[in-house]
Amino acid sequence: MATKKFMYVNRKAPYGTVYALESLEVVLIAAAFEQEVSLAFIDDGVYQIAKGQNTDGIGMKNFSSTYNALGDYEVNKLYVEKESLEERGLTADDLMPIMWEDEDEDWAEKPSVRIVSRAEMADILAEQEVTYSF
Amino acid sequence: MSMLHIVNKSPFERNAMDSCLKHAREGDAILMIEDAAVGAVDGSTIAGDIKAALADKTVYVLGGDLAARGMSEDRIIDGIKVVDYAGFVDLTVENEKTQSWV
Repeated sequence: MATKKFMYVNRKAPYGTVYALESLEVVLIAAAFEQEVSLAFIDDGVYQIAKGQNTDGIGMKNFSSTYNALGDYEVNKLYVEKESLEERGLTADDLMPIMWEDEDEDWAEKPSVRIVSRAEMADILAEQEVTYSF
Repeated sequence: MSMLHIVNKSPFERNAMDSCLKHAREGDAILMIEDAAVGAVDGSTIAGDIKAALADKTVYVLGGDLAARGMSEDRIIDGIKVVDYAGFVDLTVENEKTQSWV
């Protein structure tokens, strides 16, 4: 099967709607087909990978730790838009330290989260072959 | 004759909060729940609007919704009060009427 560049665009906060969880589930399925998968976190999507999520008070399953499993499926390009963070009073320090292990470098741990500017995000989105929007 | 305004949409995605702030009157209470809870964090593009509302209205945020989205209570705008579900119920009792901005 030919490999294509798949992009999952995440623009919703988690828990208030089901978009974030649905996106994550589809990403995990697609990853099993060994496609080149990237994730973009734009607008309210940045809250999906905010660290310290605690859902005890709302009676919903906290699925944020699942993002840490993406590296095991070679999904290690999580692009986060800098302007989206800033507009929400957030910085890169507010995000979970999601890592992946590079088997070409003796399984060295490397960060999956890449903070990019809005202009860079536009370029990244433009170079994809298949885009899914959530 | 105060009213409790309940907002559940992110202020960065929809105009529900903006519209609520423009219609709420002096002495009213505004409660941010679900995705609206992220609007309580200071330093955002809408923080100024919330601070202006605090001059003559009370603003609340549901703590559980804030925590679910990874936002700690120590970074919310000064003057916003954190409530739990029991506090939510109290607000509906304390205010004569309730309006949801869905």
